[in-house]
Amino acid sequence: MSATAESVQERRAALKGLGTSRKRVEDARFTQGKGNYVDDIKLPDMLFGDFVRSQHAHARVKSIDTSAAMELPGVIAVLTAKDLEPLNLHWMPTLAGDKQMVLADGKVLFQGQEIAFVIAEDRYIAADAVDLVKVEFEELPVLVDPFKAELPDAPILREDIADEKEGAHGARRHPNHIFTWEQGDKAATETVIGEADVVAEEMVYYHRTHPCPMETCGSVASMDKVNGKLTLWGTFQAPHVVRTVASLLSGIAEHNIRVVSPDIGGGFGNKVGVYPGYVCSIVASIVTGKPVKWVEDRMENLSATAFARDYWMQGKIAATKEGKITGLWCHTTADHGAFDACADPTKYPAGFMNICTGSYDIPTAYLAVDGIYTNKAPGGVAYRCSFRVTEAAYFIERMIEVLAIKLNMDAAELRAKNFIRKDQFPYQSALGWEYDSGDYHTAWDKALESVGYSKLREEQSQRVEDFKAGKTRKLMGIGLCHFTEIVGAGPVKNCDILGMGMFDSCEIRIHPTGSALARLGTISQGQGHATTFAQILATEIGISADDITIEEGDTDTAPYGLGTYGSRSTPVAGAATAMAGRKIRAKAQMIAAYLLEVHDNDIEWEVDRFVVKGAPEKFKTMKEIAYASYNQAIPGVEPGLEAVSYYDPPNMTYPFGAYVCVMDVDVDTGVSDIRQFYALDDCGTRINPMIIEGQVHGGLTEALAIALGQEIAYDELGNVKTGTLMDFFIPTSWETPNYQTDFTETPSPHHPIGAKGVGESPNVGGVPAFSNAINDAFRAFGLTHTHMPHDHWRIWKTANELGLHAES
Amino acid sequence: MITGNFEYHQPGSIPEAVALLSKLGDDARVIAGGHSLIPTMKLRLAMPEHLIDLQAVKELRKISVSGGEVCIGAMTTQAELIASEELHKAAPIVRETSLQIADPQVRYMGTLGGNVANGDPGNDMPALMQCLDASFTLSGPDGERTVNAREFYEAAYFTARDDLEILTEIRFPAYSGGYAYEKQKRKIGDYATAAAAVLLTKGADGSCEQASIALTNLSDTPLFCEEASRQLVSDGLDSASVNSAVASAMGQIDPVDDNRGPAEFKRHAAAIILRRAIQQAWARA
Repeated sequence: MSATAESVQERRAALKGLGTSRKRVEDARFTQGKGNYVDDIKLPDMLFGDFVRSQHAHARVKSIDTSAAMELPGVIAVLTAKDLEPLNLHWMPTLAGDKQMVLADGKVLFQGQEIAFVIAEDRYIAADAVDLVKVEFEELPVLVDPFKAELPDAPILREDIADEKEGAHGARRHPNHIFTWEQGDKAATETVIGEADVVAEEMVYYHRTHPCPMETCGSVASMDKVNGKLTLWGTFQAPHVVRTVASLLSGIAEHNIRVVSPDIGGGFGNKVGVYPGYVCSIVASIVTGKPVKWVEDRMENLSATAFARDYWMQGKIAATKEGKITGLWCHTTADHGAFDACADPTKYPAGFMNICTGSYDIPTAYLAVDGIYTNKAPGGVAYRCSFRVTEAAYFIERMIEVLAIKLNMDAAELRAKNFIRKDQFPYQSALGWEYDSGDYHTAWDKALESVGYSKLREEQSQRVEDFKAGKTRKLMGIGLCHFTEIVGAGPVKNCDILGMGMFDSCEIRIHPTGSALARLGTISQGQGHATTFAQILATEIGISADDITIEEGDTDTAPYGLGTYGSRSTPVAGAATAMAGRKIRAKAQMIAAYLLEVHDNDIEWEVDRFVVKGAPEKFKTMKEIAYASYNQAIPGVEPGLEAVSYYDPPNMTYPFGAYVCVMDVDVDTGVSDIRQFYALDDCGTRINPMIIEGQVHGGLTEALAIALGQEIAYDELGNVKTGTLMDFFIPTSWETPNYQTDFTETPSPHHPIGAKGVGESPNVGGVPAFSNAINDAFRAFGLTHTHMPHDHWRIWKTANELGLHAES
Repeated sequence: MITGNFEYHQPGSIPEAVALLSKLGDDARVIAGGHSLIPTMKLRLAMPEHLIDLQAVKELRKISVSGGEVCIGAMTTQAELIASEELHKAAPIVRETSLQIADPQVRYMGTLGGNVANGDPGNDMPALMQCLDASFTLSGPDGERTVNAREFYEAAYFTARDDLEILTEIRFPAYSGGYAYEKQKRKIGDYATAAAAVLLTKGADGSCEQASIALTNLSDTPLFCEEASRQLVSDGLDSASVNSAVASAMGQIDPVDDNRGPAEFKRHAAAIILRRAIQQAWARA
């Protein structure tokens, strides 16, 4: 018997299924420079597009003179809004129910806005021709501060909709106002706050930043005028939705459009939306009959494609003297830029910002979000997070710290006192979500114990004494964070993008020799789908992950899905994969029973085979079953072994985690040094621990970037001040600390394999941990809150304002 | 981020390069490592019609130390400066500074000559060369001349080099005393928020026999702090004297507001950085 037990283990290990730290199958090509990205696509007679962009943040476009550009040899055409208007493509709908100019229609509303599209025989000629297009501007007053948008002298930005009192998300009270979104019970919350023992208030600003994927955005459009088919390669996180949108916009029937997302060099939300470059490359290909490539450069990516965050969150948090939180109030002023191009499910104009009660059992809460137009680039995408979840997590994790200061209480203790208890799940939050599962106290205790929390606090107290005694100029900060995410959008009943329900899909074909091909509606941008989805399937159908090919991103072959963002691939497409695998197994059971000459119910699944109950020597492996499905006539069973599943998740998943960051802060130079970072993640069932660890490292590093310096900053004229990687902070290995990762495992009760998603957790939880560490370093000197990004000079400024430079 | 059109030239010797530059004049730019010029061209802020690439001029790629003098060819890369043991023995501050320039990939391309000739106040080598009291050899149509690093820099991107001259060589005396190059920057690859080069020689009696201080990116040129240097020699290294030298150096700086922070912050950081550099150099003296 022991020999059999061992072989079961061996067979299980050979599958490289769930829980295996399998090396990424993608890396063989990526590490050898053999990836195939949009810019690697070269087609015969391909033309190149480049944009004339606005240097002004707000101006009327008086005239556009393309004659000199057209005279340059090699220039094929220069498109302006006038050329697109007959096709009704000079504007396009945004994902947020607004519309956006494809090319400047009479005015420009942000620096970097697209004005004209030059098409030329090579990339260099296109760039030369851009310089030759003469645009005459009449400058207009610029609005960069959302709090000035509704002042009497504010310039009206969107003259096209200035008189519309109703927007896509309800009433608009001013031409520069987009929507007001309210959740929770306002009156009850104000009553709780009015009667509370203690109320802490703070304005928490999560500054504007940008996903800045290593590969910028681009597309290659190829219109075959003979067969009427359009092929569009592009940097798309949601290729199927792009196909539908392209069909609706262009009038080309959807079956005549093929959209392909090849290898994608990082997305982080930046590649969810539809950009003017995509539309212009399509139009240019239709007009010229030749393939047209458009690939933006880094400055264009940073200044014109979708930004993230830019939420001003005014908060009030109420508690008893003992520290039991009784209510939370939040008003957010959301700077959306020139067009509302947020990539959120239709019914959620502020995404899932109403997860802002976080990990805490807060009985009463109210949230209002006002969206505002300014002269900045459009966007508001979920940068390595589910929709606005980073903003929500940052807000509540700062408010907890502010409340701890007000209560003169340890912030770790305050959290533990207010966590939703394990026995409260599924938990109904005051702002409308049903948290599926969680065990926060266990994770929290493990985290505090792992870092030696009480010793750290003792060391910190000593440091404060030493500082006051003039023995050191460095302070020590302990940054705590317990975050809860809401990912895996989402149930079709309340989540859609442009009307498409946010299900996802998987289609599996088992080949006669027992290997398999699975295609999904998602698209990897570095997440390692080809590795992990094969592992899910390996465990479900008993075929080694090494024998399963995963394909995504080609709409002609992959089943329809809503794409990859918001940590939805594992919760939704991963579930579809498991469900499709189970359909395969159900059919395989019938075949196996036939082959074994027993009833279906007399056999049971064991790792990679069906075994006759009580007779372990009688079995059929999945490989044998696959072969039989193609070469035997089995009564009542169709030949072949294929399955497809479209999965509509019953709920979101709610990953959580406990992070601790320990920092030294040089009061004189503002230089911060991360000496320890501990990250405990609970993403439910763990598919590939090595990929999880990689995701955590990557997400924490992006969080570090955002917290400590990364921003899209504008001056008062609307000029982008951080348009290159000299000023836009991307950490290198030098700036990146060692991360200590850990986990607990609380499976999702509604997901077929209990997985919750993890790719974005570290960014959601990392930002508050880093920021809290900086803030905490100065707590002993009277600081309540200071805004991110915590770069050297802002830290120095905080120290300076606290009077800490008096003696230096 | 696409450059304008240009003709590319690759001369094989200094005379050939000088002749080419004389012939092409204002329409040409000399390119060394290209880490300042190429980005400027990609932004189309510079649109030279001709690029004269010096990479094939073998005699510009050398490091020699003899008779107490260091001589470095203009095309010597920062990676080569770091790797040279001979140079490290003769002037260890060069390796310390080079390791704080950009990142390894850039340092394989970036050259000493390009770094000092461009006149970019953000570059680290100009202040270092002032600190080392280096002289630059310039070759032009009228032959060779040398200019002291302390007199070379006139304003941002304006130097004593004539448009038709090529900076070919950098010479400075070997220096075995205490040294430090302290640099505050936001991240790897960044220019300095504030940086200071300090050389201090300690006499047998513990006094400061020789001092040299220069600052990076705190004005529109590198700054040699003559008065502060003199003060350390005359008054020693006690805290009052250091305070006074730092105050004197700070009197020379004129930082500007940028994304690294406002001038007020840079003034504060510069004083801290200089003080640390002095302390470090003295500890090593």
